[in-house]
Amino acid sequence: MHIDPLERKWIFVVFAMVGIMLIAIFFTALVQRVHPPSNVETIDSASLHLTQEFAEDNLGVHRGADAAVRVTMVAARYGFYPQHIEVPAGTPVTFRWATIDVLHGVHMARTNMNTMVVPGFVSQVTTVFPEPGEYPMFCNEYCGLGHDHMWSRVTVVPKDQWSGPKVATVAADKKGG
Amino acid sequence: MFDKAEKLALANMWVAFVSFLAAAALGLYQVLERSGIVPELDSAAGYFGSVSTHGVLMAYVLTTFFIMGFGYYTATTSLKQPVWSKPFAWIGFWVSLIGTLMAAVPLVLGKASVLYTFYPPMQASAAFYIGTTLLVVGSWFWCVEMIVMMAQWKRAHPGKPVPLAMYATVANAILWLWTTVGVASEVLFQLIPWSLGWTSTVDAALARTLFSWTLHPIVYFWLIPAYIALYTMVPAAAGGRLFSDEMGRVAFVMLLVFSLPIGFHHLYMDPEQAAGWKLFHGFGTFMVAVPTLFTGFTVIASLEIAGRLRGGKGLLGWIGALPWSNPMVLAALLALLLLAFGGFGGVVNASYAMNTVVHNTAWVPGHFHLIFGGTTVIMYFAVAYYLWPRLTGKSLFSHGLAVAQLWLWFIGMLVTTAPWHVLGILGQPRRISSIVYDTPLATTWAPYEAVMVTGGAILLISAIMFVINLLLTHAGAATDAGREVEYALPIHPVLRVPSALNGFALWNWVLVIYLVASFGYPIAQFFILDVHNPTAWGI
Repeated sequence: MHIDPLERKWIFVVFAMVGIMLIAIFFTALVQRVHPPSNVETIDSASLHLTQEFAEDNLGVHRGADAAVRVTMVAARYGFYPQHIEVPAGTPVTFRWATIDVLHGVHMARTNMNTMVVPGFVSQVTTVFPEPGEYPMFCNEYCGLGHDHMWSRVTVVPKDQWSGPKVATVAADKKGG
Repeated sequence: MFDKAEKLALANMWVAFVSFLAAAALGLYQVLERSGIVPELDSAAGYFGSVSTHGVLMAYVLTTFFIMGFGYYTATTSLKQPVWSKPFAWIGFWVSLIGTLMAAVPLVLGKASVLYTFYPPMQASAAFYIGTTLLVVGSWFWCVEMIVMMAQWKRAHPGKPVPLAMYATVANAILWLWTTVGVASEVLFQLIPWSLGWTSTVDAALARTLFSWTLHPIVYFWLIPAYIALYTMVPAAAGGRLFSDEMGRVAFVMLLVFSLPIGFHHLYMDPEQAAGWKLFHGFGTFMVAVPTLFTGFTVIASLEIAGRLRGGKGLLGWIGALPWSNPMVLAALLALLLLAFGGFGGVVNASYAMNTVVHNTAWVPGHFHLIFGGTTVIMYFAVAYYLWPRLTGKSLFSHGLAVAQLWLWFIGMLVTTAPWHVLGILGQPRRISSIVYDTPLATTWAPYEAVMVTGGAILLISAIMFVINLLLTHAGAATDAGREVEYALPIHPVLRVPSALNGFALWNWVLVIYLVASFGYPIAQFFILDVHNPTAWGI
């Protein structure tokens, strides 16, 4: 087989480029532990109301025993519930999502909060919002003819002005029901 | 003389390009409707029905029929032997066509507005799933033809290297057979029984996993014919030689092996697959960039040889010396430019963590329209301009119209996709039919929406020019101009190649192992986990 010397150099360059990109990705994943939402946790989407975590009264912002902020939300055609939440800036916030009907996706524009919400599974994302402000939260997966109207609002307030959860805080960090 | 099966090639490619024109018209409707510039057009049902149809026509119908037509012609002319079985090939054509028409009915009636990615548990009419399945089944006939023809040729020419154009075509046929395993399993075992009411629930997460099996290699199924033209036709059209035949073979083998087990980069944001599997698929996603980077080098080096043979001097003088008015050469240059832009966006999407910022935003259609429309379809145009006179025995109606059309397409692609990239960064979701969000952020999107409408209009004008040129060529008077296809000769003639680069047995075994490793447990887990499947939902 014939390989031109110039071609040989290019092959080296190609593997170097791809190698550098892969090293960056594996470094952030394995050392800095940056992962996309991948918790593989099942739930019965048809009976969320019977679970403790996703029952209507328990949705919203919670502060766990360890002072971590946890947000439980439900995606349903065509809205995210609760429709408005308030979370502190500069604090790790863990979102837990479930859908009661079809496939949805959700992202807060210009942040790292982005996940698919798949029937039968709970999605979980932890992120920190550095900048206080009003953030729209959009459904980003086609979920039916009313998809355009599916969105809600998140207010990120400065850490020292955050008054805590507006709904009753669950004493223990229970998962599922 | 041998039968080149011109009618077969023409029939397949005409179905492709008529579908393409319809899809381009829907594209303009979609950007107009979405932008809200013409309030009378506002209709979510119209938009999502149109997006579903546009996707099916562009991604399934245009590509499959073009690839079949081009493949038959490439096979006969590169091997210099007739099609193995013409009736078998025509059966494939008709099965695919009947499937397409069957899927078209529910699409037009708004009973299949589930996008070309299906998205259970939203349920479409059974005719939609059965029709698209038949379209794929028809293409399997083509795969068999290609594999048998290469085997016949190898038996008649023991030890000789299969011509590169045919080697790559068979790589694509084998790639397609492996690719369709995922979507065929989803449709046959999940969607069709469910849409006919035989089962009441559907495992949506399993369906997504199976579709992801198909969703990446399908892109290479579309792209490989463009690469075949870049390797085997462009250097000759530019008046030069192919820089390396062997590296071409290596690139096509790598595309076959690395494009298959990497579909989870479409599921990075999904909760039903664990991080390790996503990272594993992410690694392969970067490996599949390697053959594309090889291809870029070989094609540009081949063009440089042509430019210098034509008298181009200096470091970059050869670029100006190339025949820019030759549609094949022009399309190749524009395709490589758009591939570079689209490839940059692709690296962002492929990045395990960075993808979070752009996932399901307008950035994503911006990326894939560049690669699909800008790199793949522009080469389909070039191939059509090159083959139409050879297939019909008539000269091309207008050379100038062809050159203008390619430039317009290039400009239209940039004008359409540049604003989508910006909108994605500004957080706009893809797949919305209107902007009703009452938030200051949404008001920043308006200027980019206006630009994308202009792009859609330019693209439709270009599409019309393309189809008219083919139509008037076909309707023109017969000439006795040469009808031979000129495949590019490599600088170093290839007399022998290692058997691994002259067949696919080894690579099929590699794929079995690689696919089981990548998808085995991720699919099996749905039969182990305590899953609760949703029932059907309407749109």
